[in-house]
Amino acid sequence: MLKYHFDWSIITSGKYFEWLVSGLKVTLELSAVGIVGAFVLGLVIAVLKMSNFKPLRWLASVYLEFFRNTPLLIQIFFWYFGSYKVLPTAVNEWLNNTNFEFAAAAIALIIYTSAFIAEDIRSGILSIPKEQMEAARSAGFSFLRSMQYIILPQAVRITIPPLVNQFLNLAKNSSLAMTIGVMELTYQARQVESYSFKGFEAFTAATVVYLALSVSITFIMDLYNKRVLNPQRS
Amino acid sequence: MDLDFQVIIDNFTYFMIGRYPNGPLGGLGLTMYLAVVSCILSFFGGLILGLLSLSRYPVIRYPVNLFINTIRGLPLLMVIFWMYFLLPALMGKTVPESQTVIMGLTVFTSAYMSQIVRAGIMGVPKGQTEAAISTGLKGWQTMLYIILPQGMRNMIPSFVNQFVSLIKDTSLAFIVGVSELTHVGTQVNNRTMSYPTEIFIFIAAVYFVLCFAFTSFSRWLEQRLAWRKSI
Repeated sequence: MLKYHFDWSIITSGKYFEWLVSGLKVTLELSAVGIVGAFVLGLVIAVLKMSNFKPLRWLASVYLEFFRNTPLLIQIFFWYFGSYKVLPTAVNEWLNNTNFEFAAAAIALIIYTSAFIAEDIRSGILSIPKEQMEAARSAGFSFLRSMQYIILPQAVRITIPPLVNQFLNLAKNSSLAMTIGVMELTYQARQVESYSFKGFEAFTAATVVYLALSVSITFIMDLYNKRVLNPQRS
Repeated sequence: MDLDFQVIIDNFTYFMIGRYPNGPLGGLGLTMYLAVVSCILSFFGGLILGLLSLSRYPVIRYPVNLFINTIRGLPLLMVIFWMYFLLPALMGKTVPESQTVIMGLTVFTSAYMSQIVRAGIMGVPKGQTEAAISTGLKGWQTMLYIILPQGMRNMIPSFVNQFVSLIKDTSLAFIVGVSELTHVGTQVNNRTMSYPTEIFIFIAAVYFVLCFAFTSFSRWLEQRLAWRKSI
């Protein structure tokens, strides 16, 4: 069936190995920028969504629904190809002077993921029974102190697993950045394939890296679930 | 900022159905075709994987779970590229791009659907299985007639959500050159040169209307099915 000579040496050393490593570096950079940005933005949107002021709540809902219900790829294309017409000139100039591919991919990833993160944060806080707040207040804690000592410590504990899951999704989704020429892992794997015709080896290498990333994070989260969330069970 | 949406009106049928009926189906029509076919296939794929992952026999359970977790650990783009290489090698002939994408989407979505099936089955109280077994039903009969129909009710809203993800994921078919909505968008963009903003806002809006409709439907279902359960 297959007349294919496997040559694993090309991906373990030399030029192609360096390409793959540089791709991994870009993937990690893009993921790190994305995670920090998406977390901060997601937190802001979650707070807006829970505000008492109706227009702000409404604005947050529109944001959430719109960015959750459009493909990430289209959002990447929009920022890369189409944003120059809607952004102010100063921003355009700044973007053109930086690494524009990277910036466009990061902006799209941050906005897309923040919409998912906002919902996770919100449902984490809402999952704490309101009696907790009432009890804290009647025990004499101020609103901020109740939040600090009673509500948030509980909410953060249960929000961490879905958040980490979103971070992992972001790292996987960063592979879409290859479509606008960001030289991340998938891009480099494809590059190796088209230069050497060793597609199996190149994509195996990328696959192993992605798997190592998600398996190690899943393993840590399993430990977290056992030790922190359900300590009595283990 | 002055946007000119004339380019959308000029190419509207091209965005919606491609060159059909004078040529192959494309645009939104092809997007829907890819999503619906992959959804049906991955429903059965997910059901089978989900049931196997709950199997009593470790020989079946472990490899199936390994497969599911491997797929879930990869970006969809990776799965599609693998299909792109593996399918022709395995079948010994070239495979049309749209079938490659359908296979990639099916394998990827089946892994996620299997988790929904798993959760749905495990959400049915244990007493149901015990009662079914004690009335004399066999193992597979219990699953087919007692557990699955009840579990299915919990699964349906999640299945609809998965379908929404599938619609969004079909945009990746662009990368292997299938002329669905995203691809048609970039094509028109390359041809007209000066309207990228208008084109991608329009395409985002089309995806949004479609996905938001199904998201709302899933929320409605969730409320309705939850209400029914309480009786």
